[in-house]
Amino acid sequence: MKMPRKQGSNASKSPLGDVLYNVFTRGAAGVVILIAIGIVFSLAGNSWPAIEKFGAHFLVDTTWNPVIFEFGALSSIAGTIVSTIIAMIIAVPLSVIIAFFLVELAHPWLSKPIGYAIELLAAVPSIIYGMWGLFVFAPFMADHIQPALQGWFGKLPLFEGPPMGIGMLSAGIILALMILPFITAVMRDVFRMVPSVVKEASFGMGSTTLETAQNVTVKYGFSGLLGAVFLGLGRAVGETMAVTFVIGNSHDISASLFAAGNTIASTLANEFTEAAEPLYMSALIELGLVLFVMTLVIQILAQWWIGRTQKKAGAGL
Amino acid sequence: MKAIEQHEQRQFEKKTELKEVTPKKSQKNTALGEVKISSRNINFFYGDSQALFNNNLELQKGLVTAIIGPSGCGKSTHLRILNRIFELYREQRVDGEVLLDGKNILARDMDVLELRKRVGMIFQKPTPFPMSVFDNVAYGLKMHYRVGRRELGDRVEEALKGAALWDEVKDKLRKPGMALSGGQQQRLCIARAIAVEPEVLLMDEPTSAIDPVATARIEELVESFKHKYTVAIVTHNMQQAARISDITAFFYKGEIIEVGDTRAFFTNPKNKQTEDYITGRFG
Repeated sequence: MKMPRKQGSNASKSPLGDVLYNVFTRGAAGVVILIAIGIVFSLAGNSWPAIEKFGAHFLVDTTWNPVIFEFGALSSIAGTIVSTIIAMIIAVPLSVIIAFFLVELAHPWLSKPIGYAIELLAAVPSIIYGMWGLFVFAPFMADHIQPALQGWFGKLPLFEGPPMGIGMLSAGIILALMILPFITAVMRDVFRMVPSVVKEASFGMGSTTLETAQNVTVKYGFSGLLGAVFLGLGRAVGETMAVTFVIGNSHDISASLFAAGNTIASTLANEFTEAAEPLYMSALIELGLVLFVMTLVIQILAQWWIGRTQKKAGAGL
Repeated sequence: MKAIEQHEQRQFEKKTELKEVTPKKSQKNTALGEVKISSRNINFFYGDSQALFNNNLELQKGLVTAIIGPSGCGKSTHLRILNRIFELYREQRVDGEVLLDGKNILARDMDVLELRKRVGMIFQKPTPFPMSVFDNVAYGLKMHYRVGRRELGDRVEEALKGAALWDEVKDKLRKPGMALSGGQQQRLCIARAIAVEPEVLLMDEPTSAIDPVATARIEELVESFKHKYTVAIVTHNMQQAARISDITAFFYKGEIIEVGDTRAFFTNPKNKQTEDYITGRFG
């Protein structure tokens, strides 16, 4: 029987199409690299006056005083790190549990609506989280959670100071709420991709649900779960609006999580409009550069770690 | 909640002393050739559609029973009842009873974890866990027995030897199990299953995803299991059934058409449908 000729089969006879296709795809991919390089150059270029003036001192100085033109980034850097750590400590374990529940334990009539709700939460704009955080969550913190924490751990410097509601802890919790749906959604997909036959094999050995989860499902998807964690981390580090609303925006570093603080992103959001002086502007842009480098380092670390776990497991997701 | 209960219960009860690991074959309550597993009036449902109709099948102790039949006739389904692995899926349901050494394993009070220790399963695709070769084999051992370090090493070696894999992996016990070849992975899964000293091995088309040479090795392995374990093997390959089994059962559209001594089954089938199938007229 004669097969009808396929239309695409003579594509190799028209090199022009191939050449155009090649040039177009290469060009599109090249744009990405150009943008990345462009960002680095403009950040570095515009922050040059500040880099020249303050040097490495910029990174370790805690003074941020636009009046006398003294700019040190340490409080912003520290705030970024602390708020991110709080967020990750809360969000990651919760995400693992929720994702696992949705995939392995919940009945479809429960896991479906919860799944939709998580996707919806991920789509809520950060300004909404910020307003909710300021008007609803912060008063709740001040009235209930902060006094309770002080009651339990009153001796710790971590929970000293007046319960104002806003501050580092509130920012961390709001951040956790914001990244939770992202991490959960990705982790849910990871758990779903673990082949059911591998789980069956574990149950077939006489494992309990818990043992299968710990020893097989999580291990199988470990690099995927790690990817989800770093995705959340990346978002937490750069998150701006919600944090700006609830962190209190102070350039002091305090041992107490109740005290107001700031992050790189919140400082930028707050002060860009005020920065009339070139040096002030330059210092802000250098803050941006620091944030950019931090994200880059996180990305590189993530890739390295994920690659290592994949090698160790031999395969997986 | 159930998971945690199971787990806690296990912490109390399961870890039998190591002595029990040593199999006392002679003392088991059935002798060679006696019925080890007897499935009676099995009806199986995937949601609303029935997959097995009034199945009755006996697996004889120490012998290899091959289950053949065209795709979708319920071969694997039958196997998956015998260790209750089907229960992982909500919509699957079974009626009837399966007696293992005379005790109904479908009964509510059956300890499923213990059942699955006694009835091991090998799947169509190799399913190494994402851990080292050693940990793969030690997986069930650590779960079911209280074993010391050295003892564990010996047990793992023994299981790998039992699965004819030891010589190939003894220098790469710390390498990931998934780095082995497909045939080696399947033998690793067999080693993992026999490490906990099961009484019954369920093999669901164990050679369908691997190459002919590796298949031959696994067939040899199954033959070496004779008299040691009660084996039920599902296969699409009639030559394989003829080569390695003592008893063959023919499934068709969810019913068991014919069961018999393998030689007689293939040379002189009693049923017309069986004859048509083994002579290649359908299926």
